[in-house]
Amino acid sequence: MNKVILLFLFSIFSLITNAQNAEMADTFRQEGKIYVVIAVLAVVFVSIVFMLFIIERKVSKLEKELKNKAD
Amino acid sequence: MKNNWYKILSVILILYTLIWGMLGPVPRLDILNETIRNLYYHVPIWFAMLFQMGVSVFYSAKYLNSNKKEDDSVAFNAALVGILFSIPGIITGAFWARFTWGTWWTFEDPKLNGVAIGIIMYLIYFVLRASIIQETSKARVSSVFNIFAFVMLILFIMVFPRLTDSLHPGNGGNPAFGKYDLDSNMRLVFYPAVIGWILFSGWILNLFNRLSILKEVNNE
Repeated sequence: MNKVILLFLFSIFSLITNAQNAEMADTFRQEGKIYVVIAVLAVVFVSIVFMLFIIERKVSKLEKELKNKAD
Repeated sequence: MKNNWYKILSVILILYTLIWGMLGPVPRLDILNETIRNLYYHVPIWFAMLFQMGVSVFYSAKYLNSNKKEDDSVAFNAALVGILFSIPGIITGAFWARFTWGTWWTFEDPKLNGVAIGIIMYLIYFVLRASIIQETSKARVSSVFNIFAFVMLILFIMVFPRLTDSLHPGNGGNPAFGKYDLDSNMRLVFYPAVIGWILFSGWILNLFNRLSILKEVNNE
């Protein structure tokens, strides 16, 4: 009985370790450098959104001007 | 402001996927390694492209029914936004392929071939529009062609890759994302990313449409 449990535990353990074998950027993450990447990504995306927002405002302004002209 | 809720939502969703997509847990898989996170950025961009093509074909069909010039204009703008989204889609896919399949582009993969044919279809749509001067026939011919192009796109990127072997996951007879569906952690980022990018493409389409209307009014 003990052998069966041992075998079961061992097979589960080997499954887990196998799954953990794939190389990931673990040290990179531990050093906290991933936050630099995220900060850069966020700044670039927010900048693009800001530009879209400015275009949005310009279009709204033109729409209003045209509406006033028509009235 | 009441019609702009989706623009704000899209920005919040994409920002969330940029942050949590990088920090969140992912399965540790060989070959893919950390590049599995590309799923959050590469695939939603293609979904946004497909969504725009869907909007485009819907408005083309609507034009054929209503004969309203504005409907054709929306169809054109949506196809344009879709094509603009396919460019980052192809480039991100090429980078991902380089580091996992070992090549920038391969003609072995039916999905890549299909998407190339699909994009050429839409380029023909633009050339067709540019080459017909008379306004109503331009709108009619291009609307009919757009329906044909959309059917071909769906056949070539959704149907044919599933009939043969593909390097893309979820092809070769398997339901799409079957492999990733197992990982609920990734779903938490992937689905918001899809919705976020679709809404974001909707924002750009909204701007394009309003500019078309302004141009139309100015011409009158």
